[in-house]
Amino acid sequence: MKYLSEYRDQKLAEEFIKEIHRITTKPWTLMEICGGQTHSLVKNGILEMLPEKISMVHGPGCPVCVTSLSIIDEAIYLAQQPNVIFCSFGDMLRVPGSTKNLLELKAEGADVRILYSPLEAVTIAKENLEKEIIFFAVGFETTAPANALSVIHADKLKINNYSILASHVLVPPAMEAILSDDENKIDAFLAAGHVCTIMGMEEYFPVAKKYKTPIVVTGFEPVDLLQGILMAVQQLEKGEYKVENQYARYVQREGNKIAKETINKVFDVSDRIWRGIGSIPHSGYEVNDRYKKFNARLKFKINLPVAEENKECISGDIMKGLKKPKQCKNFGTKCKPEHPLGAPMVSSEGSCAAYYHYSNAENVLA
Amino acid sequence: MCLAIPGKIISIIERPDETFRLGKVSFGGIIKEVNLCMVPEAKIDDYVLVHVGVAISIVDEEEAKITFDYLKQMNEIEEIKNN
Ligand code: SF4
Repeated sequence: MKYLSEYRDQKLAEEFIKEIHRITTKPWTLMEICGGQTHSLVKNGILEMLPEKISMVHGPGCPVCVTSLSIIDEAIYLAQQPNVIFCSFGDMLRVPGSTKNLLELKAEGADVRILYSPLEAVTIAKENLEKEIIFFAVGFETTAPANALSVIHADKLKINNYSILASHVLVPPAMEAILSDDENKIDAFLAAGHVCTIMGMEEYFPVAKKYKTPIVVTGFEPVDLLQGILMAVQQLEKGEYKVENQYARYVQREGNKIAKETINKVFDVSDRIWRGIGSIPHSGYEVNDRYKKFNARLKFKINLPVAEENKECISGDIMKGLKKPKQCKNFGTKCKPEHPLGAPMVSSEGSCAAYYHYSNAENVLA
Repeated sequence: MCLAIPGKIISIIERPDETFRLGKVSFGGIIKEVNLCMVPEAKIDDYVLVHVGVAISIVDEEEAKITFDYLKQMNEIEEIKNN
């Protein structure tokens, strides 16, 4: 497929690997932000091909993994209400809540549906006026425009039986939270290309400067990741800390203006609790006042106690780059994709599941 | 969930309302309806990056080529420096 297969070209990948080996003289720790990148790095065996001096740690970039237990509980509460069709992206269904997950609830007879796009939920609402349709609006900045658009659509069509459970998380505040942790050892970041497609690069300039840390906006295919790593190592070896753009075929410095306007029309920035990390100020989106009738939290007057995270799961340390999945004593024993203890084992973009599924990761971890 | 993949626009359905600009996009032969309102300049035959049913960016062909020539360019720069 055009603009996809070329970036999986083995020969080109090998050339990048050679170049990375050639220029690396010191040990460096790089963090890729996005779970899609973690998945690609592990699946394609890239971690094994890098010089020993380069250590990749896997960031908090999987919305499935960072959605807090309390929000999963809210989703389960909503899906249990009479007359509700609860719609979600597929990967949220197996995330454990305090008592059960959405998949179990579906098996018990709740109307829980897996959708590809929030826009489909609006269509379902239009066709089922006697029911309440709720969409589980999770995701990073990348997904926010589509979720916002669903609300704008519903409003224009005067659809009153549609609402969203907004659970958005934002990348730059999480990066700052990680960098300001005293134990942090990260020398450079690969920023998530798709988030930047929407938001652009402006937010990263102050971060790179303040923490003297190179940030390279990077894509998801093997060649993208290798080029991103090479650009980051080049900077590190020269002592630079710039914001660079490897993913320029999609990312413009200012991002997608219309997408940003769409987000701002519907959402306000809010504090957000990240699973395993805790509350990060200004790191989420919540439905604003203008569209409050589409806010499922208000519409269904949710008022649940804050849920306690499972203490046996060290996903917080993993997402901050302090530990690797195999350093968790439950990895592959008490915690497996079939019965995950924590969210990083649920989603294929979660680092624990990525390491579990691809055996070639074993060597890297040893 | 965060996956976004490139596809080629094969038709555009204009609607009176700008939030309803839709198109058919081919992903290696699989055709899906995609919302195009965030990429108003996108035309038929353009490649767009699509995420959860919404096109979020048009591919910049010039930039795409640069990745493939990146190493070559770097080597040339090194050579210039060394000469
Ligand atoms: S292996 Fe399971 S318990 Fe351990 S950190 Fe990963 S998700 Fe949590």
